[in-house]
Amino acid sequence: MNLVKKTNAAAFCRLTPKKVNSPSLMAVFIAACRREWQLQVRRKGDLINPLVFFALVVVLFPLGVSPTAEILAPVAPGVLWVAALLAVLMSLDALFRPDLQDGSLEQLLVCGYPAAPLSLAKVLVHWLLSCVPLVLLAPLLGVMLYLPFQAQGVLMLSLLLGSLTLSLVGAIGAALTTGLGKSGVLMTLLVLPFYMPVLIFGTGAMQAAIGGHTALAHLALLGALALVALVLSPWAIAAALRIAVSGE
Amino acid sequence: MWNWLKTLYHRLGSPKWFYQITGKWLPWFVAASLVLLTTGLVMGLAYAPMDYQQGNSFRIMYIHVPAAFLAQSVYMMMAAAGVVMLVWKIKMADVVAQALAPVGAAMTFISLVTGAIWGMPTWGTWWMWDARLTSMLILFFLYLGVIALREALSPQEVAAKACALLAIVGVINIPIIKYSVDWWYTLHQPASIKLTEKPAMPASMYLPLLFMVLGFYALLGWSVLLRARAEVLRREAKSGWVRELLKDK
Amino acid sequence: MYFDSLSDFINMGGHGLYVWSSYALTLALMAASILLPWLNLKRTRKQLRRQFAREAANAE
Repeated sequence: MNLVKKTNAAAFCRLTPKKVNSPSLMAVFIAACRREWQLQVRRKGDLINPLVFFALVVVLFPLGVSPTAEILAPVAPGVLWVAALLAVLMSLDALFRPDLQDGSLEQLLVCGYPAAPLSLAKVLVHWLLSCVPLVLLAPLLGVMLYLPFQAQGVLMLSLLLGSLTLSLVGAIGAALTTGLGKSGVLMTLLVLPFYMPVLIFGTGAMQAAIGGHTALAHLALLGALALVALVLSPWAIAAALRIAVSGE
Repeated sequence: MWNWLKTLYHRLGSPKWFYQITGKWLPWFVAASLVLLTTGLVMGLAYAPMDYQQGNSFRIMYIHVPAAFLAQSVYMMMAAAGVVMLVWKIKMADVVAQALAPVGAAMTFISLVTGAIWGMPTWGTWWMWDARLTSMLILFFLYLGVIALREALSPQEVAAKACALLAIVGVINIPIIKYSVDWWYTLHQPASIKLTEKPAMPASMYLPLLFMVLGFYALLGWSVLLRARAEVLRREAKSGWVRELLKDK
Repeated sequence: MYFDSLSDFINMGGHGLYVWSSYALTLALMAASILLPWLNLKRTRKQLRRQFAREAANAE
C-alpha cells in the first residue's frame, strides 16, 4: 500500500516547478500502468464477471438454436465473436467511473503530462487483465460449439488482435458516458456500430481457417485496425475524459 | 471574396447576427425547396421514361438516391460543425449540429425504407443484406447514438462537446465500416443486381434526379434553419436582444 | 408526359403500390421535418414573449 502511494505521488504530482524531480513520460507511463494493475487486480468481480457473461451467452445458443454439431459448427465463429464482443463492451463500462468519483481522473488530466498516453495505460492494462483471459477461455467454448480444431488457433489470435481494437474504441464510448450514473445501454448504442469492422474481419478469419484457406489477410487487417486504434483512440479518449471532467 | 467569407464566418458565431441573417435566408430556402422538389417530382414521376429492366419501380430512385446522398453528407456536416465547435469554440456550430442530427436520421430512415420497398419488385424480398443497405443501417444507428448522447448528457456545453467528438470519431470510422461491409458482402454473396448503378442514363432520367438532390438539400436547409432559430432563442433567452425582439407590442 | 392515362399513371405498370407508398412516406417525413420545427419555433417565441411580459409586470 505504501509503495502504491509513493509511485502515485511521483506519477501524478508535479506541483513544484523544479525540473530535477520531474520524472520522464516513460516513467510516468509505467507508474500509471502499475497503479492501474494494482487497482484492477483488486476489483476481482469486474474481472471475472465478463468472463462468466461470455460463457453464459455462448451456452444460450445451443439451448436456443439446436445442440447438434451440423447446426452449431457453422455458426460457431459468429457466436463466439459476438459473445466476446459483448463481453468486452460490458467490461469497459466501469473503466473510468471509479476514477472520476474519487478524483484521480482529474489528477491525471492536470498532472502536466499528456493525458493521451496515461489513458492509454489504463486501457492497455484493462486489455491485459480482461481480454487476455477471454482469449484463453475462448477455445474451451469453441470445443463446446464443435468448432473445427484447425480454427482454434485463428480464433485465439483474431480475438487477441480484435479485442485490443475493441477495448480502445470502446474506451472512447466509456469515457464519453463516464459522467452518467448508469450508462450501460447508451454506451452499447454508441460503440456497437464501430465494432462491426472488427466483427467482420474476425469472423472472416475464422471462416477462412475453417474452409482450409489462410487467414493471414484477415489477421493482417485486424492488426492494421488495432494499430490505427492504438495511434488515434488515446487522443479521443483523453478529449472525452476532459469533457467528462468539465461537466462535474 | 475570401475576406467576405471570413467576416461571414465570424459573424455567424454571434447568436444575434445568426438569428437575423437566417431570418433573411429562410424564404430563399423555402422557395428553392418548393420549386425544385415540385419540378423534380413531376418530372420524375410523370415525364421520365420507364427503365426497361426494372419497370416503373425505378422511379423510387428519385427519392432513394437523394435521401441516401443526404444521409451521408449530413453526417459529414455534423462532424465539420463539431470541428468548428471544438477548435474555434463557436457555439452556433453546435446549434447547427444539433439541428442537423434529426434531419440526418430522417433521411437515413427514408433511404432505408425506400430501399426495402424498392427491393420487393427488384429482388423479390423486402430486405436483403446488401452492402449499401447494411452500411445505411449502421449509419442510422450512428445517428441514433449522437441523438441519444445529447439527450443523456447535461449541462449543455458538455453535451455539445461530447456530441462533436462522437461525430468526429464517427467520420473517421465511416470509411472503415463501409469498406469492411463491402468486403463482407462480396465474401458472402457475389454481386447481384445493383440498385443505382446505371450506365449512361438519358437526360430525361438524370435531370429529375439532379433536381431532387438539390431540392432535398434546400429542404435540409429549411428544416435546419427552423430548428436552429428556435434553439438560439431558447439558449439566448437571458440576453438583451431576445428580450428586445420578443417584447410585447 | 410518359403515361397515356391517369389510371396508367396510378398503376405504374403494376408497381404502383411500391412507388406510391415510398413517395407517400417520404413526403410525410419531409412535411414532419418542416412542420414540427416550425411549430416548435412558434411555441418558443410565444413562451418567451409570455415570460418577458410576466417579468416586466413583476418589475413594475
